[in-house]
Amino acid sequence: MRRLASAAVLTGLMAAPAAAAELNLSVEIPRMSVAEYHNPYVAIWVEKPDQSAVKTLAVWYDIKLRNSEGETWLKDMRQWWRRAGRAMTLPADGVSGATKAPGRHQVKFVGGKAPLGTLPAGQYNLVVEAAREVGGREMVRIPFQWPPQAAASGQAKGETELGVVSLSLKP
Amino acid sequence: MKTLLRPLCAAAALTAMLAAPMAAQAHRQWMLPSMTVLSGTDPWVTVDAAVSNDLFVFEHVPMRLDGLVITGPDGAAVPHQNAATGKYRSTFDVQLSKPGTYRIASVGDGVMASYKLAGEQKRWRGAAADLPTAIPAEATDIKITHSQRRIETFATVGEPTTEALAPTGKGLELAPVTHPNDLFAGETAQFRLLLDGQPAPGVEVTVIRGAGRYRDDPGEMKLTTAADGLLEINWAEPGMYWMEAEVRGGKSPIEGAERMAVYVGTLEVLPE
Repeated sequence: MRRLASAAVLTGLMAAPAAAAELNLSVEIPRMSVAEYHNPYVAIWVEKPDQSAVKTLAVWYDIKLRNSEGETWLKDMRQWWRRAGRAMTLPADGVSGATKAPGRHQVKFVGGKAPLGTLPAGQYNLVVEAAREVGGREMVRIPFQWPPQAAASGQAKGETELGVVSLSLKP
Repeated sequence: MKTLLRPLCAAAALTAMLAAPMAAQAHRQWMLPSMTVLSGTDPWVTVDAAVSNDLFVFEHVPMRLDGLVITGPDGAAVPHQNAATGKYRSTFDVQLSKPGTYRIASVGDGVMASYKLAGEQKRWRGAAADLPTAIPAEATDIKITHSQRRIETFATVGEPTTEALAPTGKGLELAPVTHPNDLFAGETAQFRLLLDGQPAPGVEVTVIRGAGRYRDDPGEMKLTTAADGLLEINWAEPGMYWMEAEVRGGKSPIEGAERMAVYVGTLEVLPE
């Protein structure tokens, strides 16, 4: 118990300097030549190595459809839906966003600020899952340590629904 | 067997087949939901219900819908809508207006009797209440079977809940350890089989993945419940699965009857 408590204190101490640490992400949505194209739904979240979700950072979907109809297909991002989405109330401030067109999209998350907030020190995966109407579904994971002690980066490349996903951490 | 029946009896047999909750053994009874994991507000599922050999192919007779019992996330009854019965299948819709888990079941509780009257073999099917007047006093070789059947599937909007899964305590039922709408390929699910609300050990359970017509090997799994009624299913592949268990014997509230309890569940296993 005492050891646990001191570990908690230590975690707290270590989390403190990470308050301004940054997690920068570039997500590439590939351009496709298909007869019927719709921007994919994309979920971005942080999970522990055991795949339990810690924070959902972004969900890009049809937020403007009437009667929240766009939420009907959120479950197609089935890992995110299982691990995090189904327990969330959407739309969520600072998390929900419109779908993105093909291209590279930069997103920045700051330690201590929503939606990333304060992550206990440890090993995590950044997960990006995309599901496209009348298209496929793909998910990539990038492992990372938080808080970053030095600048660090990681990359994953999708083969169908996602292009290059790159993560860079700034202490 | 059928050839021995006179036309009238054959018609009766057909009627009995249609009465799925009490139907005969040869075919598989099932429900097939359009979807089991849903998001959004106020979604619907549509369910096919039929009796057939191939899973989940409509090729024999439709399931009668008079035994439908749909339970919502709060434990309250939910009506079915747009019901129709065609040549090979019945279909109905369920509006999932509240978040949580719905249990969509066809429940049957009836009696089958066979007896001899003046040297002739007779059969009767009906409700337990009609049994006392159904069999003539002069009948001999009376055999009474009390049949309890549950054919069901599940659908969840948002987070899985368990209120709708509370056992009724009648016949064979499936109690969740793993939630029936949280099944993924590559994982092992655990359920507890209950008989009259108590763990049912040593019961053989058949599990078959649908779409068998596109495979040579039916891929049937034969499993047995452990001492505490626990059933473990390892889902090798995603798909819609059918499971069935049957228990003969055990006490029946109907005097002199042998009890036969049947459970059929349709479970969807998703890929990672």
